Amino acid sequence: MLRRVAPSLRRALAASAVPRGGCGARLPDPGLSSPHALPPQWRRWASAAAASSLPPPPPSPPQGPPRHAGGGSAASSLNPAEVAKFAAIAETWWDSQGPFKPLHLMNPTRLSFIRSTLCRHFRRDPYSAKPLEGLKVIDVGCGGGILSEPLARMGATVTGIDAVDKNIKIAHIHAASDPTTASIEYCCTTAEDLVKENKQFDAVISLEVIEHVANPLEFCKSLSALTAPNGATVISTINRSMRAYAAAIVGAEYILRWLPIGTHEWSKLVTPEELVLALQRASISVEEMAGFFYNPLTREWSLSDDTSINYIAYGIKKSEAPSATLQ
Amino acid sequence: MTPTPARASAAAAHALLRRTRCFAAANQIRTASRAFSSAPAGASEPQVHFLSANQKVAGDDELDVAIVGGGMVGLAVACALSNMPLTKHLRVAVIDSNPALKSMNYLKKDGIPDSRVSTVTPATISFFRDIGAWEHILQQRHAFFGKMQVWDYTGLGYTRYNARDVSKEYLGCVVENKVLCNSLLLRLQEQKEDIGKMVYPTRLVSLAFPSKSRNVGVAGLKPPSTEAEELCRSNLVKLDLSDGQTLYSKLVVGADGSKSNVRQIAGIKTTGWSYPQSAIICTVEHTAANDCAWQRFLPSGPIALLPIGDNFSNIVWTMSPEEASRHKSMSSEDFVMSVNRALDFGYGPHPNSSSLDHYVERLFSDFGGTAASTKECFEVPPRAIGLISERMAFPLSLMHSHDYVSKRLALVGDAAHTVHPLAGQGVNLGFGDAAALAKVISEGVSVGADIGDLSLLNRYETDRKAANIAMAAVLDGFQKMYSVDFGPLNVLRAAAFHGAQYISPLKKNIISYAMGDSKSPLFS
Ligand SMILES: Cc1cc2nc3c(=O)[nH]c(=O)nc-3n(C[C@H](O)[C@H](O)[C@H](O)COP(=O)(O)OP(=O)(O)OC[C@H]3O[C@@H](n4cnc5c(N)ncnc54)[C@H](O)[C@@H]3O)c2cc1C
Ligand SMILES: C[S@@+](CC[C@H](N)C(=O)[O-])C[C@H]1O[C@@H](n2cnc3c(N)ncnc32)[C@H](O)[C@@H]1O
Repeated sequence: MLRRVAPSLRRALAASAVPRGGCGARLPDPGLSSPHALPPQWRRWASAAAASSLPPPPPSPPQGPPRHAGGGSAASSLNPAEVAKFAAIAETWWDSQGPFKPLHLMNPTRLSFIRSTLCRHFRRDPYSAKPLEGLKVIDVGCGGGILSEPLARMGATVTGIDAVDKNIKIAHIHAASDPTTASIEYCCTTAEDLVKENKQFDAVISLEVIEHVANPLEFCKSLSALTAPNGATVISTINRSMRAYAAAIVGAEYILRWLPIGTHEWSKLVTPEELVLALQRASISVEEMAGFFYNPLTREWSLSDDTSINYIAYGIKKSEAPSATLQ
Repeated sequence: MTPTPARASAAAAHALLRRTRCFAAANQIRTASRAFSSAPAGASEPQVHFLSANQKVAGDDELDVAIVGGGMVGLAVACALSNMPLTKHLRVAVIDSNPALKSMNYLKKDGIPDSRVSTVTPATISFFRDIGAWEHILQQRHAFFGKMQVWDYTGLGYTRYNARDVSKEYLGCVVENKVLCNSLLLRLQEQKEDIGKMVYPTRLVSLAFPSKSRNVGVAGLKPPSTEAEELCRSNLVKLDLSDGQTLYSKLVVGADGSKSNVRQIAGIKTTGWSYPQSAIICTVEHTAANDCAWQRFLPSGPIALLPIGDNFSNIVWTMSPEEASRHKSMSSEDFVMSVNRALDFGYGPHPNSSSLDHYVERLFSDFGGTAASTKECFEVPPRAIGLISERMAFPLSLMHSHDYVSKRLALVGDAAHTVHPLAGQGVNLGFGDAAALAKVISEGVSVGADIGDLSLLNRYETDRKAANIAMAAVLDGFQKMYSVDFGPLNVLRAAAFHGAQYISPLKKNIISYAMGDSKSPLFS
């Protein structure tokens, strides 16, 4: 709410990974992961980063991915170690002072970005209390539903999916206590599985998830496949920059202890350029990007041009999807 | 990791269906019960047999915002919400048994003005304009004044202000409290086709906030075996009303005045103290119209004569409680004599010298050219020829609530703070609260927040607390200043007091000066 939608970057390719004097902002959520699943062109970054080792990169967990039921052809973006980690803290989703505190704090800011981009995209009246009325929106990696609920209050017909069954249960129970959010359809599944069911949505939103998936490129392709032609895709994550490293990993995990140590693995972080490229390959053209800026004095987040730490991107699914990789 | 979609969505759909049905039923019943509840006083019995029905059905008894207290501030919250695009759809109720809430017409301008009035500030006027209520004020009695004179019983000096000197059209506007309320009601009526449905002419009896553990209580991961409706309600505030109705709301706004029940039930503590002073208020009549606000500082406190239109003025006279009760019980002839004495020769001579004025002028010019007008001669206020209202005496007190918000609760107006009324700031601060709270709710709606969410409401508190505390401190400072007789300094404090309403840096000086932590700028 609050902050105006600050100037946002058209066409992402702007400054990002440039290390600058880092100061406090941080990133939400937990994740373990294995660096192996990165697309080849990113692996370079990963190993470079690991080599430059600052504090301890958390141990990579064993990697054998037991595929979920119906497993099969399409490469899953699911990373079992991540899933285990989220299951362990599922109960704390709605504790605004708990491990997901950063997500709660950021929520109004990222929702105002979503609101303004989607209002423009779908030509909705920004002065409407429910501007997303009638739009089918999916929240991929919805966790406890921190984002799904506001989307439903903004009028959207929301589907929330998460790989962790416990999260889905929490989300469902929580949403049931408000008639407006009780209509959210929560489901424990993955983007890939929904793609197999040929589901499509007007808007596909996945915030703070891509840094936890095994294969970001495949994940982008799944998100694209779930987005209806000319629909909107919104992704947010944390940059792989020196500042992000300082803020999120050293700051948030080691110093402030806001996040469990090991929440973020340096090598899994995605830069804005990489995200734009990946989305492009998945037939989504990124139209707007904005960074999140945390002001430690007011303890509020706002949108800014600086994507060097946390950032959010909005793109449009091209109508003539040329390479339908995933069907 | 296996998909489990069906279970969840089926339950949700079921809940939804149930609710839809309930809504329909509730609407019918509500219509009937409202018809009764707006009947004249004493009609509370007929509602009783709707009680059980009302308690069973969901829907119309579920609100987004329940405003307890339909005084000026509570109505301002309702009015602001109904005027903003993002909040006008919210289901809002105003709960107050005050019969004034039934008046839906302009109050006649030719009646006798009520003795409870407020001096509204430019900020309040622009807020009223924004929410479309100022129009209605202009249709009813109000008095802009363009001149102000402040002086002191010692006869050493005086200060006159003229709106012209500060290139303004007016210095302030005096409006009866009931006109303020009425204008807000009329505006609400324009916005809501059925305002009768919004106003609950009854009183709050008890409040139950959702238990803290509830949200965290999912720890056990029990599936929602409870009925969906019950679950929804357990997350809302439950309000029991004196007519037996029960309402459920996402947010409760405590606008129920300085003795706020809502605040007490929520267990919010306050800090405050009483001044050893009372104020007497009443309306007097003159032989000609008064167009100036007058204030004279007497040994016991200030007396103010505020224009309220035609030949009427309002008196706010601060004095010791003993004096107040004496002035309240004396004959009205004696009282009028006493007022005239206090505004003329009583306690000391007219100021015939303005020897201090150039100091005052210099002091003021430091703060941006808003100079007191020294060219104009001292005038004697118009004499009162008769007392035409009751005299009301009330004790002065300062109270500040430790918190303005908690989960699903926000306090506004006197429920959150009362200040010394001498500057007529009380209700202006309350309107500031109303505007800020409505804005925060609107921001919450825009990002799909739960409007009872504490982190959202905290923004309102942060915004208002600073403003309100500063004002309370200023007024308390003034009170301290004139409760001690400074002798010749009186004229300075008198002048400074009024200048301070327009020039904020001066306020700081005055306070620290009054509290003794800095030396007088004139006599150091
Ligand atoms: C005698 C007097 C003179 C004043 N003069 C001035 C002045 O000249 N200028 C100025 O700026 N300020 C003045 N003030 C202060 C000013 O009146 C208040 O600041 C202002 O009225 C505050 O408005 P409010 O809406 O917060 O509370 P109130 O006006 O006190 O309204 C509270 C409302 O809540 C209702 N209520 C209370 N309990 C319940 C319940 N349990 N259920 C339902 N409803 C309930 C009451 O019926 C009432 O209508 C004066 C105050 C007093 C007492
Ligand atoms: C940091 S949380 C973000 C939650 C939510 N999107 C938000 O921003 O409030 C990441 C979530 O993604 C889920 N997740 C991780 N990998 C996933 C995958 N491949 N498919 C679906 N969900 C996944 C996790 O279970 C976790 O709930």
